[in-house]
Parts: sequence; C-alpha cells; structure tokens
Amino acid sequence: MYQYDQYDQAMVDARVEEFRDQARRRMEGKLTEDQFKPLRLMNGLYLQLHAYMLRVAIPYGTLNGGQMEALADIADKYDRGYGHFTTRQNIQYNWIKLDDAADALADLAKVEMHAIQTSGNCIRNISSDHFAGAAADEVVDPRPYAELLRQWSSFHPEFTYLPRKFKIAVIASKKDRAAMRLHDIGIRILKNDAGEIGAQFYAGGGMGRTPMIAPLIRDFVPLDQLITYAEACLRVYNRYGRRDNKYKARIKILIHELGAAEYTRQVEEEFAHMLSVGVEPPREELARIAAYFVPPPFVSSEVETPDLSTTLEANGGQNSPFGLWVRRNTHRHKHDGYVSAVISLKPVGGIPGDATSDQMRLVAKLARDYSFDELRVMHTQNLVLPHVRIADLHTLWSELDAAGLGAPNMDTIEDIIACPGLDYCSLANARSIPLSQRISERFAANGRTGELGELKLKISGCINACGHHHAGHIGILGVDKKGTENFQLSLGGSEAEDVSLAKITGPGFDEDGVIAAVETVTDVYLGARRDGERFLDTYRRIGMEPFKEALYGG
Amino acid sequence: MADNLGTSPDEVQFRFRDDEPADHGTITVDACCDQTNATAVRIEPGDDARVLLPFLDRLALVEVNFPGFGDGRGYSSARILREAGYAGELRAVGDVLIDQLSHMRRCGFDSFAPDKRLDEDDAARAFATWENVYQRAADANLLGRRTIADIRHEA
Amino acid sequence: MKILTGNDLGSGAVTWWDGKGWSLFVDDAVDAGDEADEILAREVATRRVNVPYAIDASIDAGGHVRPAHIKDRVRALGPTVRRDLAVPTADKTGWDWVI
Repeated sequence: MYQYDQYDQAMVDARVEEFRDQARRRMEGKLTEDQFKPLRLMNGLYLQLHAYMLRVAIPYGTLNGGQMEALADIADKYDRGYGHFTTRQNIQYNWIKLDDAADALADLAKVEMHAIQTSGNCIRNISSDHFAGAAADEVVDPRPYAELLRQWSSFHPEFTYLPRKFKIAVIASKKDRAAMRLHDIGIRILKNDAGEIGAQFYAGGGMGRTPMIAPLIRDFVPLDQLITYAEACLRVYNRYGRRDNKYKARIKILIHELGAAEYTRQVEEEFAHMLSVGVEPPREELARIAAYFVPPPFVSSEVETPDLSTTLEANGGQNSPFGLWVRRNTHRHKHDGYVSAVISLKPVGGIPGDATSDQMRLVAKLARDYSFDELRVMHTQNLVLPHVRIADLHTLWSELDAAGLGAPNMDTIEDIIACPGLDYCSLANARSIPLSQRISERFAANGRTGELGELKLKISGCINACGHHHAGHIGILGVDKKGTENFQLSLGGSEAEDVSLAKITGPGFDEDGVIAAVETVTDVYLGARRDGERFLDTYRRIGMEPFKEALYGG
Repeated sequence: MADNLGTSPDEVQFRFRDDEPADHGTITVDACCDQTNATAVRIEPGDDARVLLPFLDRLALVEVNFPGFGDGRGYSSARILREAGYAGELRAVGDVLIDQLSHMRRCGFDSFAPDKRLDEDDAARAFATWENVYQRAADANLLGRRTIADIRHEA
Repeated sequence: MKILTGNDLGSGAVTWWDGKGWSLFVDDAVDAGDEADEILAREVATRRVNVPYAIDASIDAGGHVRPAHIKDRVRALGPTVRRDLAVPTADKTGWDWVI
C-alpha cells in the first residue's frame, strides 16, 4: 500500500497545525461558529447529538495493522473505546472534544492518517473496491489511481468551496463493488479494444433526497489525462452547480437540469482548455505510486497448497460453522492459493459497523499474521483481510469466531447496513440501529437467513440516505411522523453493476410494523422465487404488486 | 457607472505587486463589453469570467467579489483569467477571511481587500501554510511554483 | 416551559441553561421564558455555549425535565443503544420516556 514520502508527511503535518490554529482562533472568539464550521468540517469534525464526531479518512478503504492499532489508540485516548466504520470506508468517533481534536489529528499524522476533507463542500474520500489488488476479475488494481486522485483533490485551491460535497469512486472491474454509479463521479478503469488502459467517467449519481444513477460522460479517458478530465468535470460543477438551495446543490441536479449531453459538452470544452494549460502530473508519478501496489510475496504457485474443498473437508465440511463462513465470507482471489476474507462487524443483535478498540487491535494482529499486514474497510461496514492463504483459513476463522467477529453473514439479511441514526446523528428522524438489531435477531431466530440467500437490507435514519437505503434490495427509511418514529419500506434497489433505485411499497409503518413487513416481503419472495433467483431478481420479475398486496391487503 | 462599486487602494490590506494599485471605478462585466476604455472590472460570483478574455490587454485591475466566503466561484474566475494570460492586478474583495488566503493566492489573486481588516500575524501565517502543493494551479506560472510531483521527478 | 440547550464549545458536551450557567444535566434546566433570546445572544458572544437554541419542555410526574422533541430527549440521556454511555443523571426513569 501507499507510503508517505517527506512531502506527503509535510502536508498532513501542515494541515494539523493549520487546524490547531483555527481551533485556537475559534476558542478566542476570532472566528464565529459560522466561519469556523466549514473549516472544522474540512477536518472531519461534526457537531452531533452528544458531542463532536470525528470522521477519519481511510483512503480507498485501505490500511495496515499499525494504522488500525492507531485507530484503537485514538478510541481509547480521545473517545469511549470504540469506533464506527462507515458506508464510505471511513471510521467515525462519536465523543471527541474540540479541545483534543488537533492532538488526535497529530497522533493520526504519525501513522500517515488524517481527517482531511471527510466533510465539507469539497472533494471527499476517494472510495474503491474493497477487494482491490486481490479480486480475480479486476483489470488492474484501481488504488494507484485513487491515490493519484487523493493527492490531486487534497487542498485543491479552486475546489475547496464547492456548491456541495463531492464523492468520487474508482473501480477496475465489470462488477461494481463500490456503488460507483451512485457517486458524483464514478470512474471505471478498463481496457479498450486496442488493449490500452483508460477510464470511463460517469457523473451525477447520488443518493440523498433525490437519488440518481450517474450517466456515462466519457467512454474512454486515456490514463495520462485522468486528472485533467477530473479537473474539467469539477470546474464546470464549481462554476455552474446551484448555490441557491442546499438541497439542489449536488452535481446530480446540475446534470439532470442541463442534461448529460450538455454537461458533457461543457466538460469537453473545459477539458480541451485544461489540456493546453497542462495540469496532469508527470507520467512518472503514476508509476511511482503504482510501485507501492505491487502484489505481496504470495507463496509460489509451484508450492502445493490446499484448495478450498480440501480445507473444508479437513475442517468439518461445507455445512459446519467453518464451512458456512467460508462459503459466505470469502471472495475469490486472483491467486489460487488465497482468498479474501470478510470480517463481519454485524454480530446478530449488534451495532452494525462498530468495533471496540480491543477488536481493532485483534484485527490488526490478524492482518499481520494472515494478510501481509493489509486490511480493507467495506462500504457495507465490514472489514476485509484481502490476501489470506487457504491453508491459514481455519486458524484465522477460529480466532475470529472466538472474538465475536466470525458471523458468517456477508450479503445476507443479517448483514444490515445502517447509519448511526437518531441515537447519534443530529440530522436523523428515527433510530436505525435498534431496528437493525431487532431485524437481525428476528431472522437469526426464525432460521431463514440461509434460505434467503443474498439479500441486501439497508437502513437510513433520514432522507440524507447515509445508510444507502435507495440501493437496498430492501430499503428502510426513518421518517418523522408527528414527533414519532415511522419507517418507509422500499424494494428493488441495487448498488452493483445492475444498479437500480428502490421503490417505496406504500404507507409507512411503526417499528414493530416494519419488522413484520420485512418478514412479509421475504415470505412473498420465498413463495414466488424460481431456481437461483435472489430476492432482487424475483422482485424484478414479479414487480411490486404481489408485495404490496401482502403488505396492505387487496 | 455606480459609485459604490469597487474598492480603493486603501482598502487593500495585502498586495503582492510592485506597480501602483489601481483605484476603484470598477465597472460590471456587462458594462465592460460596451465601454472600450474601461481598465478596471468587478466580477460577481455569477459572472462568466471568459466574457473578459477579449479585453484582458487593457485591464489593469479585476476585482472578484466574494459576497459570502462559502461561494467558491471566484476561485475559478481567478484561475481562468490567469490561464488566459491576464497579468494585471487580481483583487479578492468582500468576505475574505484568513483561512481562504492561501488558496486565493494559489488561484492567482495578488491583492486582497477584505470587508473587515484581518490580523496581520494570522494572515502571514495563513499565506505561508503550504510549503509545497500537490496540484498545479495559477501559481505555477505566476510564482514559478512546482508541484510535489514535479519535485519528485525532476531530473 | 421554554428551556435552552446547546453544546459546550471546547468539549462538545450537551448543556442546559440552569439560570446562571450551563449544566450537563437536563434536570437543572430552567424556564428561560421571555429572556431566551437575550440569554442566547449573550452566551454565544461570550462563548460559554455553542449553537444553543430554545426548546419546549415539561416537568413530568417525577419532577424531571422532559424535552418535547425526541431528538433533545436523546441528547439529554445518551444513545439508546449504548446505555452504558448515558449521561450520568439521577433520573433512572429516563429510558422510559426518551422515545
């Protein structure tokens, strides 16, 4: 993974001192809260329901054991012993003091981490495929490009006061494991017919109040023009994105109102201009970055190494707890002797995405022991050990299981994505965490989880959709109904390459009601499905009507 | 021409030019196209800076107004003018605060007339925040500033 | 009644106007009545509180101050899913009325 040189280190150090000075001026009254707020947001510091919340960046979801240990130390030293992994591959701490924030950032800087631009009307964390560098189906590792974009976007002098936040995702496979089409800019690295590597640019996707799927803006941008093209896209947005209404200020609204063709035309014009200005980093820079992402020293394929079925047979078989975990939580690796392993942060009845500092330390150790000291954060709020030898799988699982991190539920109905909701967030209308706890308990108890197969359930506590409910096979949105919590149910969303936006079923439910409603729709699915169909497939085939009937009557 | 438009030299708190500061008497972008002898223009956030491209040679001063510091359109306007070769005074006016100074400088502003006078020490620190920079901007040509990538790969 | 609530600038802790200053405990909150705006302006200017606002509240049968809106009740007590992190208040009945 990428390592800072002296210049990168100097940047994060300078940023810490800049923020320390800003916080000082706020405390002295030289800055009002209105003046300070954008500055602290650009250092990831929110004021939430109970305290300041700090969102630390985990660039394209990649970190090593030492960094995970540092995150554990931050939790213990400045917070209350735990952190929350988010739907954008970052980590959040809920109890930070402004008084301590600069020191926490200084501690992070020591391990090449930061909270730069994790909030604010600027370019946010560049997200990517959590199996990058390991997935068998990737064209190249997308992360060097994500790192190039990270440096370009950090403290960009022209794009620091955009109309609104700006989120970029980069992938390099046909399969979309980063919800790329639901980003302000989504980039897919691919090979054209001539075998050249370049980038597809999608722009104008997003969730929130008005969910939209990003249209294709440019079919093929050569890799040595990637930054120039991104700059052109951003400049058009900065100049023409709406600034009159906070809820219409994202680029998706601009592209929707202009039409993709006109936005593209303006970008191409600006792009031609930018090419003459010359903003692309030297070609050698991409090569320099890419050198940090060469594959780790895998065991040679000449060496005999057990395959998955041998390992399963030797350890209780397919249907043993180990077998179930392997079948659900491991992902095919480009090297035959390895898999990527998902560490579930969704124990039944637990708080999705939360990890204690002890769990973080354990995960750090496991990364060192089993995965070349590398970890990933998934946007589904789980963690990944990207390169695990099949031969080590059982030992790893035993350790995870003993620590309560072995839930074999990836992409099942128990693998719920939930925002922090009204328990933590000042924007929320309803609590999402208790709902997710009760739903996972319900399905663990009724034994349906396995039968239901792949079923992505996502819960947002408000219309800002941080739980990505628009992209849920089953989505739940918390709303305020005359001061009480109420929940809207939606079906049929997908964040993958078969991207779609979920549709609301009808009138909302109270908490008990929506849990029953989830059971009802899964019953409809089980009754109607044909061989091999996921919930999503059955819904797409039979439509909303059968579900509506079951929920609300004829 | 409106009398209340534009800033005078004594409203300029920071200036990075050797020549004499232009006095106000700035006119709007719209009016600039009609007046063939205008030498000072004021750009509002919603104006298209490229409208001025035919007139850059005779302009001594372009003011870019920031009615609210959170409206970042002025940064694009500034860079666009510098990219087009504008060599006159580029003045940031309005709600210009300490924490925007370094980015404004990088976008090509060489003169600053904030609504409220700023603390000189805080400002000096702010201008010096970044010893090095990641991305290319107007300071590449104006100040000969190399990016970190340039430095990493110089022969 | 109208009570005032905000966050401590330096620590971020939720605070409640108790007539003289800002308390960590909702039960100390007093009715600010007509003086609410004046108090808010003064306290913000002196930075004794950050982003404060006025809310409706009532006193329940047990004598506890109960904010009208669910959001402020959660602020008064703590995350409902982490009762171990609750604001240390004498009101053991709080979890009954928070939602």
